[in-house]
Amino acid sequence: MCLAVPGRVVEIRDEDGTRMGQVDFGGVLKDVCLEYLPDLQVGEYTIVHVGFALQRLDEESAMQSLALYRKLGALEEEFGDQWGLAARQAGERRPPGTDWEAER
Amino acid sequence: MKYLEEFSDPVLAGKLVDQIHATATKPWAVMEVCGGQTHTIVRHGIDQLLPDAVEMIHGPGCPVCVTPLETIDKALEIAAQPGVIFCSFGDMLRVPGSGRDLFRIKSQGGDVRVVYSPLDALQLAQQNPDKQVVFFGIGFETTAPPNAMTVYQAKKLGIPNFSLLVSHVRVPPAIEAIMQSPSCRVQGFLAAGHVCSVMGTAEYPELADKYGVPIVVTGFEPLDILAGILRTVSQLEKGEHVVENAYRRAVKDEGNPAAKAMLADVFESTDRAWRGIGMIPQSGWRLSERYREYDAEYRFHVRDIATEESTVCRSGEVLQGLIKPHECSAFGTICTPRNPLGATMVSSEGACAAYYLYRRLETPTEVVTTGG
Amino acid sequence: MAEPVLDFDGWTCPLPLRDHPNVVMGHGGGGQMSAELIEHLFVPAFANPVLGGMADSAVFTLGDARLAFSTDSFVVQPLFFPGGSIGHLAVNGTVNDLAMSGAQAAYLSCGFILEEGVELSVVGRIAADLGDAARRAGVTVATGDTKVVDAGHGDGVYINTAGIGLVPAGVDIRPQRAVPGDVVIVSGQIGVHGIAIMSVREGISFGTEVVSDCAPLNDLVATMLAVCPDLHVLRDPTRGGVATSLNEIAKSAGVGIELTESALPVPETVANACSFLGLDPLYVANEGKLLAIVPRDEADAVLAAMQADPLGTDAAIIGECVAAHPGMVVTRTAFGATRVVDTPIGEQLPRIC
Repeated sequence: MCLAVPGRVVEIRDEDGTRMGQVDFGGVLKDVCLEYLPDLQVGEYTIVHVGFALQRLDEESAMQSLALYRKLGALEEEFGDQWGLAARQAGERRPPGTDWEAER
Repeated sequence: MKYLEEFSDPVLAGKLVDQIHATATKPWAVMEVCGGQTHTIVRHGIDQLLPDAVEMIHGPGCPVCVTPLETIDKALEIAAQPGVIFCSFGDMLRVPGSGRDLFRIKSQGGDVRVVYSPLDALQLAQQNPDKQVVFFGIGFETTAPPNAMTVYQAKKLGIPNFSLLVSHVRVPPAIEAIMQSPSCRVQGFLAAGHVCSVMGTAEYPELADKYGVPIVVTGFEPLDILAGILRTVSQLEKGEHVVENAYRRAVKDEGNPAAKAMLADVFESTDRAWRGIGMIPQSGWRLSERYREYDAEYRFHVRDIATEESTVCRSGEVLQGLIKPHECSAFGTICTPRNPLGATMVSSEGACAAYYLYRRLETPTEVVTTGG
Repeated sequence: MAEPVLDFDGWTCPLPLRDHPNVVMGHGGGGQMSAELIEHLFVPAFANPVLGGMADSAVFTLGDARLAFSTDSFVVQPLFFPGGSIGHLAVNGTVNDLAMSGAQAAYLSCGFILEEGVELSVVGRIAADLGDAARRAGVTVATGDTKVVDAGHGDGVYINTAGIGLVPAGVDIRPQRAVPGDVVIVSGQIGVHGIAIMSVREGISFGTEVVSDCAPLNDLVATMLAVCPDLHVLRDPTRGGVATSLNEIAKSAGVGIELTESALPVPETVANACSFLGLDPLYVANEGKLLAIVPRDEADAVLAAMQADPLGTDAAIIGECVAAHPGMVVTRTAFGATRVVDTPIGEQLPRIC
């Protein structure tokens, strides 16, 4: 359900008392209702569904997730495929950066 | 597009896939709740990359598929009336009601239009004051705030010729219904990310606890799906069952407070039938008393329409992963993608529709006979 | 057969009930319903061997001449769109249908159906565009007709064109000739025309301009034939997009087709607009593009010749014909999995799910 895509706010305006804005989806521009994100600023990214901005996209979290996935690969080369299982069986803490729980 | 491409990186996907292979030591059945996630899985072939031990069960989170026949028949009844402009999201028009569909209504002179946003329908109402403009308000918690805002605006701006035919559904009661089924096979859930963008995560710990299932809030790009699966399988392997948020960039624990406040004002909870599954108590939203004058069911007097679902269709069992599509007697005979009986055949990503397509791939001799 | 409409106002029917007593929009969508209408209603009524070929244009001998003959009707909305108008389409659509048999279009007929009340200046602009397009394609508009219908009984302007052209000796281009081992080439970026049309209807705009790539392909085809007279199949993937055209070829020839998703030339803006609207670029309409099925040994030479032509700069090899899964098109995803690329029933619609 719910096809929603991230875009960057390029303009915010008031239209008959409604907070509207133009959002740039990688070169595709569309007018979007921003009423549900009263403090969203120009330049920020937002998740848009059927013409409505529903949530601010947290760029820092996005970067953290990607960094985590990249580390996964690096660790895999370092520790081999079974590191997670082996670490658990050995009762050791996971190598730093692979600790999903820390993200919860 | 930024924040889509990065999360579709095949190299990183390969690393997550390797990690899932390394983590899964036993068979696990994981349900992705949301149709958008199913779309990503089918579109990129992610299920083909998973270990045999990890079985993905496609959940009921396709709003188009689960909209009950009864509601579609109400829509058809309204759309056929003179002086009505009936507006809907594109994919809702894929679904036939009993005996006819919106295309036939249109070919017989009905004014049926596809819109991208409910606000487009409101604009049509302003532009056509002598017509009744009705928007088909379906969808989960993600689509409910846009529809709620549109009704709110109609009331605020005094646009009397707009109304909403509402059939909203909610995810947590559906998870509850699936887990309460005596033959339930689902051991973990990927929760629908954009539903949680609106609602937050507060509704899920109770479910995870009560039914002992991991629930991982998951996004929609390939890396999101794989990370969601990895975290779910990790929990299952460790015997844990907690709520995790693997889609932090778009989901805050508290959700979107402004949207939740609007939902509380415009909608109220109601029992709702799900196509192929049946009635789930308190699983839907309808317009609240305050907005009843904008309720198309009242305005067009279609509340009494009650249509029975097909008794042959076993899509409810398919949805829960209890049977494979071809084990249903209707599959491929009276139920096909062009003439679907149940939810799972309606959507191109539905388990039955996907099975129908891939069965042809595996048995090429059939292509000759189905080619016409 | 080449109406490039992804129509959301007068949209088509993707999933109809089987036994429609009336014509619905899906019958004109270029997908399975269109095919069934032609196969079950028109072909039996006209039954003859020339029509049986089911290509973009018919090829037959008349006197000493081997001719290609084709007709096409144009009902596009809006009449003017970024990069062209219905006038350009009316010429290029028919010129390209002829080119898909290897023929150089020589003469066109042109029938206008005008709605009462349409501004003459609009008709004038369309006629001028049509004339310009004909001169660019090197084709003569030799005969025409005009009819007017009551206000409300038409959509402003409809145009039908028919065209004839000579097929060079030794050239035999038709869908049935694809064989396993052949290479699939597309002449340029896909999805551009459909997204340009849609942007007008959906109220989206583009930072970088997306304009229709509507263009005559006869010179490009002549260039390709010069290096490879044995081209097996040509198709212009208009309505229904690349996916529909390749499915038609796979079924006609009884071959499987395997695409490589990462090789598809999809411009970033088109990809983003598709993500945004919930569409698949493989099903979006194209103009001024062609698909070629070429013997493997000659693929590199054909590709190089195409890339040297202004209309083929972005040409790319996107897949191959295989013996497996005859009649079906599959694509290899970026993740190494396989996905079936099916024929749409009508046309794809924006999804929310």
